[in-house]
Amino acid sequence: MSTFASQFLKQARVMTADLRHRKIIRTALTNYEIVRDKRKGAFQSWESARQAAAETKWEAVNHLDKYLVELVSKLEARGTKVHWASTGAQASEIILQIVRDKQARSVIKSKSMTSEEVHLNAALEKAGLEVVESDLGEFIMQLRDEPPYHIVFPSMHLTRGEIKDLFQRELGDAPSDSPEELTMVARRALRKKYLTADIGFTGANFAIAETGMISITENEGNARLTSALPKTMVSLLGIEKVLPRLEDLALFLPMLATAGTGQALTCYNTMYGGPRQPGESDGPEEFHVILLDNHRTELLADAEQRDALHCIRCGACLNACPIFRNVGGHTYATTYSGPIGSVITPHLRGLQDWKHLSNASSLCGGCTEACPVKIDLHHHLLQNRRNAATEEPAFFERSLYQIFGFVANRPALWAVAKKLGRFGQPLQNLVKGTALDPAKAWTQTRDLPPMPKESFKDWWQKRKG
Amino acid sequence: MTITLFIPCFVDALFPRAGISMVQLLEGLGHKVVCPEEISCCGQPPFNSGYWGEARPVAAKVLEQLKDAEAVVIGSGSCGAMVKKFYPELFAGKPQEELAKKIAARTWEFSDFIVSKLGVTDFGAKFPHKVTFHDGCHGLRELDIKKSPRALLAKVQGLQLVEMAEAETCCGFGGTFAAKFPMISTAMGDVKCASAAETGAEYIVSNDSSCLMHLQGLLTRQGKPLKTIHLAEVLNQR
Repeated sequence: MSTFASQFLKQARVMTADLRHRKIIRTALTNYEIVRDKRKGAFQSWESARQAAAETKWEAVNHLDKYLVELVSKLEARGTKVHWASTGAQASEIILQIVRDKQARSVIKSKSMTSEEVHLNAALEKAGLEVVESDLGEFIMQLRDEPPYHIVFPSMHLTRGEIKDLFQRELGDAPSDSPEELTMVARRALRKKYLTADIGFTGANFAIAETGMISITENEGNARLTSALPKTMVSLLGIEKVLPRLEDLALFLPMLATAGTGQALTCYNTMYGGPRQPGESDGPEEFHVILLDNHRTELLADAEQRDALHCIRCGACLNACPIFRNVGGHTYATTYSGPIGSVITPHLRGLQDWKHLSNASSLCGGCTEACPVKIDLHHHLLQNRRNAATEEPAFFERSLYQIFGFVANRPALWAVAKKLGRFGQPLQNLVKGTALDPAKAWTQTRDLPPMPKESFKDWWQKRKG
Repeated sequence: MTITLFIPCFVDALFPRAGISMVQLLEGLGHKVVCPEEISCCGQPPFNSGYWGEARPVAAKVLEQLKDAEAVVIGSGSCGAMVKKFYPELFAGKPQEELAKKIAARTWEFSDFIVSKLGVTDFGAKFPHKVTFHDGCHGLRELDIKKSPRALLAKVQGLQLVEMAEAETCCGFGGTFAAKFPMISTAMGDVKCASAAETGAEYIVSNDSSCLMHLQGLLTRQGKPLKTIHLAEVLNQR
């Protein structure tokens, strides 16, 4: 078992026993479901919208060669500097080079999961820079020195009281636990940082090939300040973020808001087309866009799971996932948690190290049903399991299934096995749930049904005479 | 018509009454029922664990046994999904591919067969209890079965169906998942049982015995009064 797998099991044990935590997540997500369903109802047909979105993403992802070139040429035409990064380390290095060129000392960031993926903050801090997260949830997590808990709701597992205590401890400023007042505390702390930051760093929700624009959607206005105030703006995005046409946003912006947060539309939706143009009064003097591969092209080469690149990082599959709801986001120990994380992490970071996430699923399909762009998530988990077992079969497990198959295909042996089970059950009951119990994994928390004297087949054969 | 009834391994060994009820209900409608005795299991445990090579011989035997069947009825949404949806995938590019597709097309989950294929909803059953229905995930999301079991329950005299908030949430069984990640499986089961109990129902009814085995196991261990029962057994109560 990989170290990551044993850590996952250990943490899952801790988190499932934490009833308070489970209740917080459940309450938060139940509220989300209510508003999301209301917004879904505002679509003429949510199902048709999903189909249209999936088709648009399919078109974009299957023609990345064309749309990326179009995007880049349009961006460059207005003076944006475009960089290509094959790996996370390369992406960080490109940003560090910009930092060195600008002799920058501080970076203000808006929310970006891709920057988490490449561990940008650690790289910048190592180089001696001050890095400030400006999204409220991310700001809270930065103060706690923890990665985001959820793709969209980074600090959803914390109560107002916990945030108040955190602000008091770290900022010395927390008059009450009212969300409004706590937001004002964060705002006071952050406003100064926008003014002094040398570089504004953002992620991206979409990139429009047709017009050469980066689309950022947000609720706090922090991405606008991040992009507008510092002299240099840097945006990092995965190559799969590209959409063919500007009009595609008419579908994707409300869809992302609906699936992500249950909003009709997020409060601020901005398109960035380049640095400040001659005659314009504001905007950054320099605009850098970094297009990141980091194993995405390997996923692109996998015809079976290519649709995982459709992901718009809305978090709907996390919210729907009963595993996520019971173990929480940090248990995954990955940048992307929940079903999408379990699907793509093996591709991004190694199948054998991360296959346990694909096994840690009941394959219920709730994720696939929730996905606005129709990624076949739970079947991809099944495919990851198959790929992992084909590549490196576990000796014990495979032997077990070989024996199982041998017995299953010999009805007389199968009948003997059933009899053994029935006669063994009273013995097993003596050691139920202990280390001696072969069914311990089941019987620690659950009873087994008593095996009846007469099986269905016994009955059938007797009846037939 | 001659119905080939596939009784899943756990129904055979642990819940024979559910299987017997299926036979009696189908025969009661005037059909001939045959149960291939050579079939033990659909092969889902190795398949879901990723051991497709080990699953194939088991599934191939099932295909061989079902090859002449007019209609295959499976008493479980989960095993039904295995045959109907996953066999064609398991045998893609293999000699049995065509046979797998052919059999998949004539395979039905028990409740859906009765309602959608036979057009029957009323067995004249009496079950004077308050119940809630658990949608097994494979039946619900792989086979899209939601209405059929409810249509059948609606005709049971004295039965009151109260839907639970988490009706479509996974119970946490998930086959080998239940043993590989027992703590998560148990937590999910607790959520499900709590939601079912909230309705004030006496029984959780489902068309999947495997989910019920997991839920009943938790309920018994925790000393809860809520009971579980397979849909076929409810329909067979007079």
